[in-house]
Amino acid sequence: MSPSPQFLGRSMFDLDTYSPEEIMYILEAAKGMKEINLREYKKIPTLRGKTVCTLFIENSTRTRMSFELAANRLSADVVSFQASISALQKGESLQDTVYTLDAMGIDLYCIRHSSPGSPQLVNKYSGKPVINGGDGRHAHPTQALLDIYSIWEKLGDLKGLKITIVGDILNSRVVRSNLIAMQKLGAKVTVCGPKTLMPGNMESVYGCKVEYDLARALQDADVVMGLRMQLERMSEGLFPSLEEYSKHYVLSKDTLKYAKRHALIMHPGPMNRGIEILPEIADGSQSIIVEQVANGVAIRMALMFLILGGKA
Amino acid sequence: MKILIKNAKVYQNNKLIKADILIDRKRIAKIAPKLNEKADKIIDASDACVFPGFIDLHAHLRDPGHTYKEDIVTGTKAAAHGGYTAICAMPNTEPVTDNIASVEYIQLRAKELGSSRVYVIGAITKKSAGEEISEMATMKSGGIVAVSDDGKCVQNARLMLSCMRYASNFDIPVIIHAEDYNLAGKGQIHGGKISTQIGLSGIPGLAEEVIIARDIMLAESAGAKLHIAHISTAKSLELVRNAKAKGLPVTCEVTPHHLVLNEEACATFNTNTKMKPPLRSEADRLACVKALKEGLIDCIATDHAPHADFEKEKEFDYAPFGIIGLETAFPVLYKNLVITNQISLACLVNALTSAPAQVLGLPGGEICEGAPADITIINLAKETLFSEQNLLSKSKNTPWLNHSLPGRVMVTICNGNLTYQDSEIE
Repeated sequence: MSPSPQFLGRSMFDLDTYSPEEIMYILEAAKGMKEINLREYKKIPTLRGKTVCTLFIENSTRTRMSFELAANRLSADVVSFQASISALQKGESLQDTVYTLDAMGIDLYCIRHSSPGSPQLVNKYSGKPVINGGDGRHAHPTQALLDIYSIWEKLGDLKGLKITIVGDILNSRVVRSNLIAMQKLGAKVTVCGPKTLMPGNMESVYGCKVEYDLARALQDADVVMGLRMQLERMSEGLFPSLEEYSKHYVLSKDTLKYAKRHALIMHPGPMNRGIEILPEIADGSQSIIVEQVANGVAIRMALMFLILGGKA
Repeated sequence: MKILIKNAKVYQNNKLIKADILIDRKRIAKIAPKLNEKADKIIDASDACVFPGFIDLHAHLRDPGHTYKEDIVTGTKAAAHGGYTAICAMPNTEPVTDNIASVEYIQLRAKELGSSRVYVIGAITKKSAGEEISEMATMKSGGIVAVSDDGKCVQNARLMLSCMRYASNFDIPVIIHAEDYNLAGKGQIHGGKISTQIGLSGIPGLAEEVIIARDIMLAESAGAKLHIAHISTAKSLELVRNAKAKGLPVTCEVTPHHLVLNEEACATFNTNTKMKPPLRSEADRLACVKALKEGLIDCIATDHAPHADFEKEKEFDYAPFGIIGLETAFPVLYKNLVITNQISLACLVNALTSAPAQVLGLPGGEICEGAPADITIINLAKETLFSEQNLLSKSKNTPWLNHSLPGRVMVTICNGNLTYQDSEIE
């Protein structure tokens, strides 16, 4: 496999600027990477001499590890910048931080930030390609890619599949990127959650289906994705209690009877067992939650390979 | 000093009339088809129009306290470059303009060093903290033309009622920045299509509308004169329409950016599209244009809000709200609304001159013999490139940075003094 020119040096901010063919191309590349990850010696020399920086202004151990493992397995050098132990706490601006890092010779940035649009800034300041590892409520394209990869691996083509995403739609970057990409690939997406956690204009903005009732949302679903419910939404006055939320929106054997019999169960993690998903479902035979994590490394390897022009 | 302006198209009674103008010291002395008086300076204004000097009810001069963003010298230079001869300075300085000493400082500095008239607006509450009434009567004796806590909004309705009653006692207009803090939350842009798409927190129109509804009711009860700053939604306009229909002394202003841009401008995370109130939906924008045309919106105000590069060059969530507007107001509106036939030139000019003068009872706003010599000469066909270098404001935070726009200010004269002159004018 040789690096494809449409990816070389190109930042990934979100999936809106990627064609269905390009998305499929990334998935195909990830398939090859997954095979490497299953070997005893999980490393190829393709990005030797390249330097990848994980720039995590918002903490996330899992995603950062996934990016770093991906870079390591391609033999790139990896440096890690974490806001909690860095100069940003001393008041250094993102601009100055990037100038400093850039002076050290970074080839690719993987950024996580609480503020939407920050990956674009890193790209602007550094002139280097950037992979968005999650920017506020905006986008999380590598998560969407790994979700789609996981579905594609099990069910093949997404065209015509009914995918239902349940939970805090308002605050989820995972939903936004998934909606864009899944619909591009022909899936029919329904989003479901309480009205207080749902933007009022989801249908008109995304052309997806909106349901407030879980049973109706799950009807005939091929894929069901739960989202993490965050406690702080309670203090924001958006829902009264985890118990009440759970009563209406938990993924359980009981509620999943509306979905197709072999519907895939997904969750971007970390899970609140017993709140948005019951263990019987999270650990059940239809769950691919753990595989999602494994596929995440493969997807990120594929992207780094394509963007940095790795040699096969 | 005598200045003779030759061959101009002079804006009088909503029309452009070919005439010469003689300015003698601080007044417009003569207007006639042909004048051959001796003068210290003769300006050939063929191809240009002479308008009354623009009047801005809403500018942030940042002086004292934030003079790295702007000061009275640069702010009024920017005003003159934009054709303005009078601007009102909002009180969110450091310290807040909530006392007579601060009022006098601004007036004195402007008089000594300024390139335009500066009227001072005092704070409604001490430090604009929304807790205690400021000494507004004393400030009025010192010359303030209105009170406002602009940038902030008095959340406590009981206190606001009291402030309005007190202001009406001394016949001081109250200007409100309508924003319910809880509804606005951590909002960064309009709560609508783009906020849903790009995940920036939204400021719903409701945050503005509930305060406007509240303050119209409070002002009615208090007998206060209410002016609503930077109105931005269709529903807010409906509230004003009802208030005016009732005969209440309620007026409102709109900014150039709310007339020309909508929320879509924020989609690329350009922090020069971040301001309060936020750029609204296209339907809201169209409602503002229509309301301006109908006279429901009284006037245009810039909300000139300078911020330094290092402040705006940040993550969208961390960048401050506000854009500069004094220099671009006329060209932006002329290009986007007049040339495209959405409003007439007269509608635009009145909203920048006689209308704001009327809202706060300020002098100027028209060209006639005996009027103050406050005018601006504009070549409608010529463009100005708003590069960092050409902008006279200390800050460059405008979405029209590096845009070239028609309606170039050639000369501005304020109180008989030349305050701006294009390099082409001798």
